[in-house]
Amino acid sequence: MELTLALAIGVVFGAGIWLVLRPRTFQLITGLLLMSYAVNLFIFAMGRLWVDKPPITPTPDIDPAQFADPLPQALVLTAIVIGFATTALYLVMMIGARGLSGSDHVDGEEPRE
Amino acid sequence: MLLASLILVPFLGSVLAALMPQDARNRESWLAIAVAVCGLLIALALFPKIAGGEVLREEFAWLPAQGLFFVLRIDGLAWVFTMLVLAIGLLVVLYARYYMSPEDPVPRFFSFLLAFMGSMLGVVLSGNLVQLVVFWELTSLTSFLLIGYWHHRADARRGARMAFTVTATGGLCLMAGVLVLGHIVGSYDLDTVLAAGDRIRGHDLYLTALVLIALGALTKSAQFPFHFWLPHAMAAPTPVSSYLHSATMVKAGVFLLVRLWPALAGTEEWTWIVGGAGVCTLLLGAFIAIFQHDLKGLLAYSTISHLGLITVLIGIGTPLAMVAAIFHILNHATFKASLFMAAGIIDHESGTRDLRVLRGLRHKLPVTATLAIVASAAMAGVPLLNGFLSKEMFFAETLHVGGDRNWWMSYAAVAMGMFSVAYSLRFISIFFGTPAQDLPRDPHEPPRWMRFPVELLVLACLVVGIAPGISIEPVLNIAVHAVLGSAAPDYDLALWHGLNLPLLMSVAALVGGVLLYVVLRRHFGLQQRERVPLIHRLNGAQAYETTMLQLTRAAEWLLRRVGTRRLQPQLLLIMAALLVIPLLLAGAPPAWTSIALQDFDPLFAGIWAIGAGCAVAGAWMAKYHRLAALALIGGTGIVTAATFLWLSAPDLALTQLMVETVTTVLILLGLRWLPPRLESIAAAPQPPYRVWLRRARDLTIATGGGLALAALTYAVLVHPASDTIADFFLLNALGGGGGSNVVNVLLVDFRSFDTLGEITVLSIVALTVYALLRRFRPAPESAGIPPQQRFEADPASRQSPAEQADSGYLQVAGIYLRLLLPFMGVIAVYFFMRGHNLPGGGFVAGLIFAVAILVQYMLAGTAWVESHVHLRPHRWLGVGLLLSCATGLGAWVFGHPFLTTHTAHVDWPLVGELHLPSAFVFDLGVFAVVVGTTMLMLVALAHQSLRAHRQPGEELAEGGVELADGRATRWN
Repeated sequence: MELTLALAIGVVFGAGIWLVLRPRTFQLITGLLLMSYAVNLFIFAMGRLWVDKPPITPTPDIDPAQFADPLPQALVLTAIVIGFATTALYLVMMIGARGLSGSDHVDGEEPRE
Repeated sequence: MLLASLILVPFLGSVLAALMPQDARNRESWLAIAVAVCGLLIALALFPKIAGGEVLREEFAWLPAQGLFFVLRIDGLAWVFTMLVLAIGLLVVLYARYYMSPEDPVPRFFSFLLAFMGSMLGVVLSGNLVQLVVFWELTSLTSFLLIGYWHHRADARRGARMAFTVTATGGLCLMAGVLVLGHIVGSYDLDTVLAAGDRIRGHDLYLTALVLIALGALTKSAQFPFHFWLPHAMAAPTPVSSYLHSATMVKAGVFLLVRLWPALAGTEEWTWIVGGAGVCTLLLGAFIAIFQHDLKGLLAYSTISHLGLITVLIGIGTPLAMVAAIFHILNHATFKASLFMAAGIIDHESGTRDLRVLRGLRHKLPVTATLAIVASAAMAGVPLLNGFLSKEMFFAETLHVGGDRNWWMSYAAVAMGMFSVAYSLRFISIFFGTPAQDLPRDPHEPPRWMRFPVELLVLACLVVGIAPGISIEPVLNIAVHAVLGSAAPDYDLALWHGLNLPLLMSVAALVGGVLLYVVLRRHFGLQQRERVPLIHRLNGAQAYETTMLQLTRAAEWLLRRVGTRRLQPQLLLIMAALLVIPLLLAGAPPAWTSIALQDFDPLFAGIWAIGAGCAVAGAWMAKYHRLAALALIGGTGIVTAATFLWLSAPDLALTQLMVETVTTVLILLGLRWLPPRLESIAAAPQPPYRVWLRRARDLTIATGGGLALAALTYAVLVHPASDTIADFFLLNALGGGGGSNVVNVLLVDFRSFDTLGEITVLSIVALTVYALLRRFRPAPESAGIPPQQRFEADPASRQSPAEQADSGYLQVAGIYLRLLLPFMGVIAVYFFMRGHNLPGGGFVAGLIFAVAILVQYMLAGTAWVESHVHLRPHRWLGVGLLLSCATGLGAWVFGHPFLTTHTAHVDWPLVGELHLPSAFVFDLGVFAVVVGTTMLMLVALAHQSLRAHRQPGEELAEGGVELADGRATRWN
């Protein structure tokens, strides 16, 4: 499990970096999406992996060791929503830049080579 | 509260003044007069205590943890200055009533003027040095606004900018100096600082503090080499000049020096820095003033020179010199304010201020002429007037400088006296000679009450000049004793001290000045001379402009070097840094302890084979097929959501799933505006070698980054978790937060402040997106209707989206999806309600609700949906934020800290006992903000397609779109 998740995060992150380094704005936005998946999973994994132990406490007196760590979950939840907002902002910048500069190159102009 | 009201009343008056209508000249002046009179009455009520030598203090907690208090403190010096500020202020507002023309927007003028008065009183009454700096900068700010009052004039803008740059920069120096002083003394309290003079002067940092504070004071008081801003500030309306540049703003600098005299003075450095600047200023200012052609310009340079005189006296720093300095501050305020007002009357009546044109005005303006002549005689230091007394004290002090042999200071003083007689003569020359015929306006005496302030001030000059002992001496005594304490000298303000050296110097200055004026006028063409002789190259304003230009250039250079207009190299740099810097920072990993790992699950590995495959394929397809890439990346998102579910995070899984949906729709809406692939690149048979090299480099970074994160993740996962605060949350969620879903309780209770910040960010982003899209102009080639929708053979191309859903090819989907709307609404409510105890909550419910609406948009188009429901996403945002904030603030009502939650247990009929935590209302706010954000962004984006059809030259599509356009205008 641990190894699977670690590898998966690595692959998604690598694909994200590759895309972020590409010249087209659409590639950049997809790269950022992939990177945010990887980073969210990474932060989430800081609470270690728990199967079938969601942090839902039926009674006040419980053994905390029997539940998944809720803190990274709460952090990642906010991260997902904020990520959505920044993606939207980036998207608008992307189409706005394309309308202004006439190019979908990240630099706002086609390379001169 | 008495002292606080002294400051508060002008600021309140400022707010009131700003709220009045444009043409309320009379009401504005009455308000301002009431404010000034109110202040004067308060100050007079304090007089008996102040005269008894008491120091009154009022303290308010400001930053008590840092030892900072808002201290108001009034002693003799502060009292005299308060009276000066208020009395001259009263006369100025009376004068301004007649000076300002009905076309001027008076609310702005009086509002700024009163705010300035308040800031100035703040400076004077501050008992805390940091607080003094705050008010100090406030005077810079308000004076900027006042100087630039006629902002349609370029010279006013320039003058205001120059004054602000110089004085505010000085203010920053002062701030630094005050911090150093506070460091030396250990307190910012004025009384403590004033009592610690010996410690300050003996400290290593004394010189630093002195230089910084002197910079602040000298810039404010327009001392050499910072004097150049004052003449440019003459672009202000004359009441402003007569207030700021005679009695208040420029006096703040010398006030500060007098105020800090007990703490800083008495060293060589003090004399050289303060006195040196003063001597240069006094000579330069007086000399340049002779050659001005603008009435106000002459007065400005004369002001500079007189401030120089005061600065020299402070620099000399003997007790008698301090007496003379304070005395001259008062005298100069009286005669200079009246002169500025007289200049304003002349300007107002004759339409010009040019000394080369104005002649013989005494025939047309006999009373004003008499008043101005008396006031300028006071400025020149003619006996029987107040200027004479303080100038003679100044001469007497200069004799003591440098011992018996060194006379240079006395020579400088006499030279300055001669110059000031010469420019005073130049000033009054406008009243003599044959009357000028070519004036823009035929001058008349001004209204009675416009001249009244001048009359009063000139009367004061005379009274003080003739009978100083009974008029000014008691007041002066109070201020002197407040500054000097036990060191206060015995002095005698009298007209006649016998035949002594200072009197001789006065006579020499008077005679020399008259001769100088006559010679200059007869032989050097003073009237028409364009430039100041000898020192015209010494142009401070030019130096300032050059400095500003150099600064701009330097900023541009830095931007070129450090910033980049190109994003790609930056991204590469960021990615490389991301890889390298953690490697450099990381220490040795902790000792390897084995923990029980989860079993390998082939199904989990299987879904991640799909997820990772999707990611890699998406990375590949992003270049060739955007839609496919989007679908593939969505696949990775789904697998991520599944992983959250698998690994005991149901809330995350739900949120991820909904966000995934919304993001995909969002990007789909955006795809339409991207250009087709460049044929030149697609058609290239073989990419050049450079491209391969670049790809290899990027691939290396990507692989490296991926491997590094994988390794890091694995390393963390096989180590046991250290103790975290998680246990606290798990144990207290139900008992303390009233909910069993710990993640939700964390979001809306334990860490609700964080969530409040987050929904604020969401709202800001949504509004930003909306604002950006309002100005959005699509590229021309993607503005039209896309070719897919113009396909003639397809009957759908002739239908509006609503018709397609009602009777077209989307009929089946239309029926089902419309049926789905109430169900999705109920599901959203369900997830919201159970959120506190089971997976769900405001975020998820908001997203579900937004998707429910979105589906309708996608089905039947923008026009149809908006003709059926009015969504108003802005209101959702506003209501949501208000609800969340109000819940937080509600805790204050019950005396708890912000955002404390309370759980109410309510017995409902049929339903049974219900737990109603206040976090529930907070969560409702989160819900509303999420709905508002999502709707605002998506709908704003969707509306772009409607706007695009309105491109000029584009034929309008059918009725459906036109209707949509009508709707769209509400959005645009």
